Amino acid sequence: MSEAATLPTRRDEAWRYAAVDLLRESDLAWRQIDVAAGENARELLLVTDENLEETEVHRLRVTVGEGARFELFGVIAAADYARVEVEVTLGKGAHFEMGGITVGGRDTVREFVSRTTHAEPDGTSNQTVRAVHWGKGTGNFLGQIDVVRHAQKTDAAQDFKGLLLEKGASVNAVPQLEIFADDVKCAHGATVGQLDESARFYMAARGLTPELSRRLLVQAFIGDALVALDDEGAQERLLQAALDKLDKHL
Amino acid sequence: MLKIDNLTAEIGGKQILNGLTLEVPAGEVHAIMGPNGAGKSTLSYVLGGRPGYEVTGGSVTFNGEDLLDMEPHERAAAGLFLGFQYPVEIPGVSNVQFLREALNSQRKQRGEEPLSGGEFLKLAKEKAGLLKLDMDMLKRNVNVGFSGGEKKRAEMVQMGILDPSFAVLDETDSGLDIDALRVVGEGINAIMRKPDKAVLLITHYQRLLEVVKPDKVSILSKGAIVKTGGPELAERLENEGYDAVMAEPA
Repeated sequence: MSEAATLPTRRDEAWRYAAVDLLRESDLAWRQIDVAAGENARELLLVTDENLEETEVHRLRVTVGEGARFELFGVIAAADYARVEVEVTLGKGAHFEMGGITVGGRDTVREFVSRTTHAEPDGTSNQTVRAVHWGKGTGNFLGQIDVVRHAQKTDAAQDFKGLLLEKGASVNAVPQLEIFADDVKCAHGATVGQLDESARFYMAARGLTPELSRRLLVQAFIGDALVALDDEGAQERLLQAALDKLDKHL
Repeated sequence: MLKIDNLTAEIGGKQILNGLTLEVPAGEVHAIMGPNGAGKSTLSYVLGGRPGYEVTGGSVTFNGEDLLDMEPHERAAAGLFLGFQYPVEIPGVSNVQFLREALNSQRKQRGEEPLSGGEFLKLAKEKAGLLKLDMDMLKRNVNVGFSGGEKKRAEMVQMGILDPSFAVLDETDSGLDIDALRVVGEGINAIMRKPDKAVLLITHYQRLLEVVKPDKVSILSKGAIVKTGGPELAERLENEGYDAVMAEPA
């Protein structure tokens, strides 16, 4: 097979928003994680190193056994094009928790792509992604949820919010639900907005500089993605990584 | 302390203030009363520097400095406090964090050392006690889920913590029941009734003025001060109404 044939194209839905031209040199291999029945596993991903290559792709393929739990929390704040892609297959009563944050300006593209398969009954999944962009930066969340025919009592939720700090930035949210079972709950929501100007004036009237009020509001905004992370140290580290990026470039 | 001279201002091209002149020296509580649409809230927003409120003429000096030349956060650091008629909710930001950041931002602008976490909490506890506001309320997000009365009490706790030299209080009495009105009024007295401080108290009703006794009362109508007198003017307004009192020659 020629190299060109293995590269994704924009025609492929999952790569439609990607900067595919940058992918030529990237490693597109999947990393396999298997969470055994009854176990808990957590993956923290920080794409925050300023010295990164132009392109940074992380692909995880995860199976979650019966009654097991897999958590993925990630911050994407570096590289011209960065993508965290996760394919999760949930066993009976298994849970997948995902919290993702993308931040970026210039003409960067930063994205989370998830494919969650509820393959057995009683599985639950919860995904929260927050995107904060400025300049000509783009943040994406492509989230597909498949519920197979016998995966009854599935409870899946996806929540995306984008915050655009400057004109010219953009976010894309593509929720995609394919449900073949009839007794399930699948919720998804997506909103895009800008900083609340009345809150900013209120904060200024109490003495906060524009930089501080923006930082506080962004912190509150992205904090949603880390609520489910029950390790305060890790939570602080991820939050800080995202905010540092903001401080440096705005 | 505050000197407003022939101030004109508009919002969205509509002129609201029409040559407003007013002077409030240190040690004075000056009440502004006036019918709906007179420009009371516009006056407070113009003093606070809210975006969208455009000053088209006149001047405002605060302790000899040009107030209109300062950014909203600089006005706060200079000692001006704006009490909001409708305090803004800020989800995801706790009162404690908000106020500590606000106080330290003001102190930094004034070249003072920041307060430590412990020092701040001690101060917050003292001021919350003064306004009979439960400390637990201060751990909650700014104004989120607060009743109308709780918001106004929280405003006064903020004022106590920030310790301004001049307060513009825009209908701080609206939404308060009789007991809360007394608590808030006594709070204003305790925090602001000092020889080196002053208050501009904007209100619709006489009842707050029974607790916070004003030195002077002015009537604002159609964007200008039409009459100024002592506390008896407020009583007459309450008994006779705006039309009757304003119909008299000045």
